[in-house]
Amino acid sequence: MTWELLRETLLLEQYNTRLPVLGVAFLGATAGLVGSFLLLRKQSLLGDALSHATLPGIGIAFAIMSTMGFNGKSLPGLLLGATITGLLGVLLVLAIRKTTRLKDDAAMGIVLSVFFGLGVAILKMVERIPGQSAAGLDGFIYGKTASMVWSDFILITVILIVTTAITIAILKELTLLCFDADFASAQGWPILRLDIILMALVTSVTVVGLQAVGLILVIAFLITPPTAARFWTNRLGWMLVISATIGAISGWLGVSISALYSNLPPGAIIVIAAAIIFLFSMIFGTARGVLPRLLRHLQLQRKVGRQHLLRSTYEILEETQQAEPLKNVPIDMDLLRKHRYWAKGELSKLIRQARSEDHIERQPSGELRLSESGFGEASRITRNHRLWELYLIRYADIAPSHVDRDADMVEHLLGAEIVHQLEAELNLSKSTIDSPHTIATTELGIQPNPTI
Amino acid sequence: MSWTANDFHIILVGGLCAMACALPGTFLLLRRMSMMGDAISHAVLPGLALAFLISGSRANIWMFLGAAIAGILTALFSQWIIRFGKVERGAAMGIVFTTLFAIGLVIIRKAANRVELDADCVLYGALEYTPLDMVILFQNETSFFAVPHAALIIGATLLFNALIITFFYKEFKIASFDPGLAKTQGFRPQIMHYLLMTMVAITTVAAFEAVGSIIVIAMLIVPPATAFLLTRNLPFLIIVSLIVAVLSAILGQIATHIPPLIGLPDTTSSGMMATASGFIFLLAWLFGPEGLIKKQSKQLEAPHFD
Repeated sequence: MTWELLRETLLLEQYNTRLPVLGVAFLGATAGLVGSFLLLRKQSLLGDALSHATLPGIGIAFAIMSTMGFNGKSLPGLLLGATITGLLGVLLVLAIRKTTRLKDDAAMGIVLSVFFGLGVAILKMVERIPGQSAAGLDGFIYGKTASMVWSDFILITVILIVTTAITIAILKELTLLCFDADFASAQGWPILRLDIILMALVTSVTVVGLQAVGLILVIAFLITPPTAARFWTNRLGWMLVISATIGAISGWLGVSISALYSNLPPGAIIVIAAAIIFLFSMIFGTARGVLPRLLRHLQLQRKVGRQHLLRSTYEILEETQQAEPLKNVPIDMDLLRKHRYWAKGELSKLIRQARSEDHIERQPSGELRLSESGFGEASRITRNHRLWELYLIRYADIAPSHVDRDADMVEHLLGAEIVHQLEAELNLSKSTIDSPHTIATTELGIQPNPTI
Repeated sequence: MSWTANDFHIILVGGLCAMACALPGTFLLLRRMSMMGDAISHAVLPGLALAFLISGSRANIWMFLGAAIAGILTALFSQWIIRFGKVERGAAMGIVFTTLFAIGLVIIRKAANRVELDADCVLYGALEYTPLDMVILFQNETSFFAVPHAALIIGATLLFNALIITFFYKEFKIASFDPGLAKTQGFRPQIMHYLLMTMVAITTVAAFEAVGSIIVIAMLIVPPATAFLLTRNLPFLIIVSLIVAVLSAILGQIATHIPPLIGLPDTTSSGMMATASGFIFLLAWLFGPEGLIKKQSKQLEAPHFD
């Protein structure tokens, strides 16, 4: 293999591979689009049941066409047969789910396995029909991308364009169906009919995909790109675009790479390409990827730790001096540690963090002292905490002695706007607020400072 | 084609296999993981191919090991994607098993000259040829008794599955119905989950050569689902699904003789057995105690206004 050849294949300069590469890339885009709705409707594996259910249709179509004297392997006829039994299978899944105690997975499994068994039985039967060679029919199980000819390409493209157009035309209805089916039904939308339309769209993508990647792997085209796209965005519009792009890229790469090596099954390479993109998205995806989520979590943890440290320091300052205004004096680390029952290591880590952010300074004597900015921040945080406590006491009827923990959970998320609202609601605009409850400091050997 | 001793042997192998699958299948159904059977039976392909590459022969301990590892990996990877990626279970399974199957296909194609393993064989099996490979079990001067080699392997698998389920019956039951309770009772429901996955994987391998994964997938799901429509009692559920499994094998083999009678070519046993199980399910669905017909007649007679 040469790089030149790879470049030519990828850029569609190779005549032999141009049609399959284009066709499959287009298929990937459409599958990504339709599959997104399947994923959001939590019905991904329905595609699997559907693709297996197409097999009897292919066999029957072949048998009918060859006994009637036509070419048994004409693609439109086979695809029509596949569509009919595929849809029949999906309707059976819906019917089993609706009329029995069996759940989704069992209903899909039954249809999948029985139809597939029937399909294999029929294929084996038609293979023995004299006169017509059925060789190559089982190409639908693993796919036979490379054999795509001009007329196949036109047929596939037309089906895909129609599918895409319908999907875009009923985007609003599908969105409603996926996000809140109950609401849609209450609004008078025909949920069952919409579900069936969605299934019909999935069927047409699947049936086209049979030719390209085979019925076992076509489901990957429907599932993997949307799932990967979901990691990058929380908006449906973007998800559709990204999913279609990922589908197209995996189809394009998969067919190109498999065309260069002898004996590489294109369907498998497409699936592996999509899986690699999925893995990358799962780790790095900006909206829901594992790594960004972890980073956000650590950031929040850091913020919470910092706010606790500063508020504790501020509260100790308040306890130790009775006089206003508060003076920023150094305090003992042990006092701080007992105030919030920190573990030694944990507190040292928080202090290191706070020092790196210039909120706390260590005195030569080993005591800690808030910096100028730290003092301001600490007084602001304490004030927010108490604002929220007062709000809870007044409007949520929480006892003053219990309000501290409840406030702890929310105070880190208070933005400037909410603080303003709280101030207005509580008629407080003083720069410092007294704590509405006693702060448990008796263990520290300090006299509690009764408030309220 | 008429009824011969071969048919008996085919039914023996098919029936044993169906029962071996129906056992773990019952618990898959109860855990709402029926599609896991489909996923694992596809996902074992790379395990089989690699084991074959390493050991150079099929039907040995390596194959079982490879398949068991591949099966557990399927369950494990899906679990990771669900937990860390917050992906819905169906989608996670779909991604994992298609990827593993694709990898298996590539290995088989690229090492075609060294691997006499063929994806078709994994799917279809060759139930018709099992009577060609017989093992004599018992012999004296006047008579002998022989069974297909495959029947021994699958019979052993059935025994293995039956033993595990008998031994861990209580644990499986609690883990299926109430994983929370299982946790408080001091054992991890996850362990039962992986044990179940291992059983499915091993059964798939034992079956793949003789009957193909079509039967495995069908028998993992359809007999338990049929039994589910007929009873609400766990021991009965297991017994009925075993009976349905055997019936499917018998009916399926009988059905292979029907097309030639009406002038059509004959067909595969494994496909017909899967179809037969679907037919039995259809009967239970229509005529069972909670079946459509019953429901319909109940609806007709329900309102009484005097």
